[in-house]
Amino acid sequence: MKITGIAVKLGNHINTDLIISGKHKYRTQVISELTKYVFEDLDPKLKDKLAIGSVIVAGKNFGCGSSREQAPRVLKAAGVRAIVAESFARIFFRNSVNVGLPTIVVNLEYIRKIKDGDSLTIDLIEGRVFDNELGIDTKVSPYPKFILDIINDGGIAEYYKRFNAFPWDGKLL
Amino acid sequence: MSTIVEKILAKKSGKNSTTAGDFVVADIDVVFAHDGTALLAIESMQELGINKVFDPNKVVFFIDHAAPSPSPQISNIHLAMRKFAKQQGIKLFDVGSGICHQVLPEEGYVKPGSVIVGADSHSVTHGAFNAFAIGVGSTDAALAMATGKLWFKVPETVKVIVDGELRKYVMAKDLILNVLSIIKADGLTYEAVEYHGSCIKNMGVDGRMTIANMAVEMGAKASPMELNEPTELWLKQRIDVIEPVKADKDAKYYDEFFIDASKLEPLVAVPPNVDNVKPVREVEGLEVDQVFIGSCTNGRIEDILTAVKILEGKKVRVRCVVIPASRRIYMDAIKKGYVEKLVRAGCTVGPPTCGPCIGAHMGLLGEGEVAISTSNRNFTGRMGASSSKIFLASAATAAATALEGKLVDPRKYGEKL
Repeated sequence: MKITGIAVKLGNHINTDLIISGKHKYRTQVISELTKYVFEDLDPKLKDKLAIGSVIVAGKNFGCGSSREQAPRVLKAAGVRAIVAESFARIFFRNSVNVGLPTIVVNLEYIRKIKDGDSLTIDLIEGRVFDNELGIDTKVSPYPKFILDIINDGGIAEYYKRFNAFPWDGKLL
Repeated sequence: MSTIVEKILAKKSGKNSTTAGDFVVADIDVVFAHDGTALLAIESMQELGINKVFDPNKVVFFIDHAAPSPSPQISNIHLAMRKFAKQQGIKLFDVGSGICHQVLPEEGYVKPGSVIVGADSHSVTHGAFNAFAIGVGSTDAALAMATGKLWFKVPETVKVIVDGELRKYVMAKDLILNVLSIIKADGLTYEAVEYHGSCIKNMGVDGRMTIANMAVEMGAKASPMELNEPTELWLKQRIDVIEPVKADKDAKYYDEFFIDASKLEPLVAVPPNVDNVKPVREVEGLEVDQVFIGSCTNGRIEDILTAVKILEGKKVRVRCVVIPASRRIYMDAIKKGYVEKLVRAGCTVGPPTCGPCIGAHMGLLGEGEVAISTSNRNFTGRMGASSSKIFLASAATAAATALEGKLVDPRKYGEKL
């Protein structure tokens, strides 16, 4: 499974309030409505950059803060195809798996080399990130098989609809 | 040689033991969601095509994040939650009941050794009662609601040993802010944290909940504490059987930290990061527009009493919003005369709700305004305008600040009492 998108570089500790503020979440919970406010308190112009089919490239602790699943859902709806970061907050990581948004942990050294606007290709099966402008790549640890299966289907709901079972049903992971 | 989490997850997944790194599928004892997350959980269940919850007695809904509703849109969310709860026969704590993390244990849903899944990041709070309690998103909550099971990676555990006694007007909040300043906002990502030491052993339920609550601000998955005497007494008034889970003496910890509580002083977390912690005295004099005392972190009777001690017979100089975390706490504060004292001092005492902490209602900040808040996050724009600022502190620091309209060290007032 390969994903290609344009790098949008962000910093450390990008929290879920920055991704989609609670203020809006308490006005509406319709994802397509919320998408208008993505990263509003960080940089309102970011949403146009995301829309072209993007890969967010961030530092550590991406998605920290609230458990709001609207965060990965809004990012996905806003045009984000994958997120590459030094580390992810755990609830955000799990939510992303469930909604079928790939999150890839990459070493800081490589993240620093990627420039905003670079075209990136991510191979989830092989576990590799390519920067197509710089012509460099890095190995990343691939997802456990059952998570890859969920991502491949576009989220846990799609997986369940297809197999009428969860990947963890009746077996050890 | 197991930690608390390893033991609970072993029991709940039908194994003799588990070790950090194992993947398990565990039985869920309680799953809950609130008006910020329940609708999406209901929709996720529908998306899965599963139309019955696994056990109506183990699924709980709360209307607490925007309660009473500040808008017709939110009212519609509340309506959808009530409809689902009625259809499914599940308990829903409606407007005015209080914040999920306060009400759940108060109403006897939290048992030592249990697995609790909440569609809210501060679900780690229930670790104060020796539960493996974790925050999840709406789809994970939906999976738990639908099947009563969820997969987990057994986390490593970090041990924090806190010895010594907190000094007067240095509160559990100052202790956890100190821990945050050491471990940092991503220091416990994917890990659990256990607190040990005499300070935690002697601490009351209110303070323990504050400490467990903010584990997620370090990225922690869970914050299960060993039961102590005050917590056991508190639980005995609410549940029949108590089977606490202790860590083995030779349990393996990923890391260990030591803190001497007697050396701590009042602290604030300076925006926009929770781990940007400074002594109050270094920021003293900062002009403040609003003080908020409440939330799942510090909306309990100990916090309200502390505010009363500082504010009684005086007048606040800035807006001071006080919101008890639950109806029970509200009633207690009324009976003990605290509410009257706070209102006389010029505070606005609101009904139980998450309120301004999540920017929902009841005191949002305008452009450039500065708040001292006893809540748990000081993220940009969380309580209102993007240019507003949130400083996190204890109820003592917040109350003292309300008196002067400037950030002050509460010990100044403590010594006079």
